[in-house]
Amino acid sequence: MSEQVAAPPRPAAPEPRRGRRFDADWIRRNGVYVALVVLLAINVVITDNFVSEGTLRLQLIQVTPVLIVALGMALVIGTEGIDLSVGAVMAIAAALIPLYIGYGTAVAIGMAVLAGGISGALAGTLVGRIGVQPIIATLGIMVAGRGLANLFGGEIKSIRDPGIVALGSESLLGVPYVVLIAAAVAASVWFLVRRSTFGRELVAIGGNKRAAELAGLPVRRVLTTTYVICGLLAALAGVLLAARSQASDPTKVGLLVELSAITAVVIGGTPLSGGQVRIAGTIAGALLMQLITATLIFHDIPDSTAQIAQAVIVVAAVYVQLGRRKAKS
Amino acid sequence: MVTPTDTARPPSTGTATVLETEGVTKSFGGVQALRGVDFHLAEGEIHALVGENGAGKSTLIKVLTGVHRPDEGSVRFAGREVEFHRPAEAQRAGISTIYQEVNLVPLLSVARNIFLGREPRTRFGLVDTAAMNRRAAELAGSLGVDIDVTEDLGRLGLGAQQMVALARAMSVDSRVVIMDEPTSSLEAREVATLFEVARNLAGRGVGLVFVSHRLDELWELCDRVTVLRDGQLVHAGPMAELDRVNLVAHMLGREVADVVRGGTTEFGDTHRRDREPVLAVTGLDVRKRLHDVAFTVRPGEVVGLGGLLGSGRSETVKAVYGALPVRAGTVSVDGRPVRANSVRHALRSGVALLSEDRKAEGIVPDLSVRDNIALAVLPRFSRAGLVAERRIDALVDTFVRRLRIKAAGPHQKVRELSGGNQQKVLMARWLCTEPRVFLLDEPTRGIDVGAKAEVQALIDELAEQGLAVVLISSEMDELVEGADRIVVLRDGTVERELSGELLTSAALLAALAGAGAGSEEHDDE
Repeated sequence: MSEQVAAPPRPAAPEPRRGRRFDADWIRRNGVYVALVVLLAINVVITDNFVSEGTLRLQLIQVTPVLIVALGMALVIGTEGIDLSVGAVMAIAAALIPLYIGYGTAVAIGMAVLAGGISGALAGTLVGRIGVQPIIATLGIMVAGRGLANLFGGEIKSIRDPGIVALGSESLLGVPYVVLIAAAVAASVWFLVRRSTFGRELVAIGGNKRAAELAGLPVRRVLTTTYVICGLLAALAGVLLAARSQASDPTKVGLLVELSAITAVVIGGTPLSGGQVRIAGTIAGALLMQLITATLIFHDIPDSTAQIAQAVIVVAAVYVQLGRRKAKS
Repeated sequence: MVTPTDTARPPSTGTATVLETEGVTKSFGGVQALRGVDFHLAEGEIHALVGENGAGKSTLIKVLTGVHRPDEGSVRFAGREVEFHRPAEAQRAGISTIYQEVNLVPLLSVARNIFLGREPRTRFGLVDTAAMNRRAAELAGSLGVDIDVTEDLGRLGLGAQQMVALARAMSVDSRVVIMDEPTSSLEAREVATLFEVARNLAGRGVGLVFVSHRLDELWELCDRVTVLRDGQLVHAGPMAELDRVNLVAHMLGREVADVVRGGTTEFGDTHRRDREPVLAVTGLDVRKRLHDVAFTVRPGEVVGLGGLLGSGRSETVKAVYGALPVRAGTVSVDGRPVRANSVRHALRSGVALLSEDRKAEGIVPDLSVRDNIALAVLPRFSRAGLVAERRIDALVDTFVRRLRIKAAGPHQKVRELSGGNQQKVLMARWLCTEPRVFLLDEPTRGIDVGAKAEVQALIDELAEQGLAVVLISSEMDELVEGADRIVVLRDGTVERELSGELLTSAALLAALAGAGAGSEEHDDE
């Protein structure tokens, strides 16, 4: 097996035509930014009123739940894991808001976020300590969690608490609170990955778990913590979504968000095989997904088509990744 | 070089050859796994296939059973040249393989497993359970195996499961049965039964190929032996005509007569050894792998762990390091006990392990040279949850220079480095932890000559500075010249300890083979 970066010539996989500088690895790392810029440019040309404060502001507001979930997902994927329970956790969090709003805004939000932490701790324990495969553990929590959300919520409930309503609709210096919160989360996760010991350990565990164990790293603790963070962020996303829509519908909140989040992470260049976490790429990935959906809606193309487009992009992004790994071996 | 003796000769017993290869060559991406190997298996013979890691045993077996197709050369089965495209074809033709891990269905009954895919049917096309059980019981009885054929296979012991695999081989009228390390996880009593069944099969004219790392078993069971080394045939002949020392010499590529000391490695002279032991291991026991292993290492001493494949060398250092579940035994560093089964406690106690498998257990390929070196000290070099980047930079810088790690810079990804430099990165990782005891498992395997010499010199230097070193190496020169003492393991127990005048390749060879030290077999020296 070649240890060199430059892959030996393979008859089956022709070299990318644009040469070494723009090879598969480059596409994986930077493709998402190129695609985002191109799609923005296209919209500037073809979409009426695209370059307006209202449109851009709306896009940013709408992307926040997926973005926050995707940031947690990026950490989990960095450990070579996956978390399918994020949508259900959003629903639980949203369902808990009307349930506890009688005790005050802070208590309601606190309970919602706490539920996310508990769910994450459960997933982390299953994966990190018991050794259940991440996809199985979180699939179970996804199904059970959605049921639990229905149990808590039952039907659509509107939320009229002024604090929650303000959180979802007001701005600070012209920037919506939800966008500010998303930005703060992104900065925190970036700091965690780049500067903290935890982040360094997480990436090492994702890169080679056995080596990390033999190096004496607290593998189980790091894995558990990662899922807890992912659960907390999913719950936060659920709270923000409920705040913005001023309602919680346990059957709808967070539905299929796991797919959007995974897509954002993967097209952002974080490999599913773990060992790397790309925060900027994940943000760009979430924005790109949002922009694709929006573009189709602007031009009256139905939502179902947007879903198909999303599916095509996921497959393409994963294909680029696989192509890179094949070239390596 | 050992010249192939008695090759290309059908067995002298006069029986027909049932399976043979001629000049089989096979390479994988530039690595030659087999080079022109001739192999002959006669009807009714039990044939030992022997070789160390990478000798080509598995590849040869895979060629024989249709998993791989040879690049050159031919395979003849029952007198006809054959070309199997799939294992199933070889099996249908009459070549069965029994692996260490039985590949049958644990949740089906013994009888169902024996007749899997060929169940006797009733008139209505349903499985005729009664007939199947009767025939399975007959088969088991004829092999001298006493088992309830209606029992689920998974409920039987591993040994009994292998008997079932053999019974299955019988029931499909196999003419050749290949047993790849069937005994390595069996108890002594199970091994005895397995051998009886094997002899029974041979008595009926079946040709058996037997692979085992337990040398004793070869003489006990086998009629003939083929030794491979580095993909080549180095010896073939009757088992009884080969003694242990010569067999091991063939395996390791040494002529008994020219085992000489000195000059081929970078190791210097003996180290001082007048101090109290820093590492003391007693009664180490790992299920089915190690039994009552004990040794000590003093500061500044290099203790070699000798042994053939499967003797328990890697298991010993892993158990000391807490990376392998230990059933019994104590490990202490500087007189203080090290908690069993805890890598982190072992590390804190001052033990470090350079694992044999650089890729799977060592490097984190996508991390930089710097982050790979700092990996084991990450928890230590953190304050308030943040990495002490500057201290790490300084440390990494020191070790990159001291070990002369050739990289574009500390931020180059480690997977882009050569094997030798990756190994140095790993040595640096462990030296950062300031170990008192350094366990080195094959530190020079798979690295280029230059890096090898550097690593050897470094081991010497570390010992001189007072580190206690445990060295595992499959290369005899490295072990004999690098170590001040050699603890020889065999079948998971300490066979002998060599030191002083007995620290010679000849004595090591004899000990590896389990023969008496300095015995009569090589008095020609």
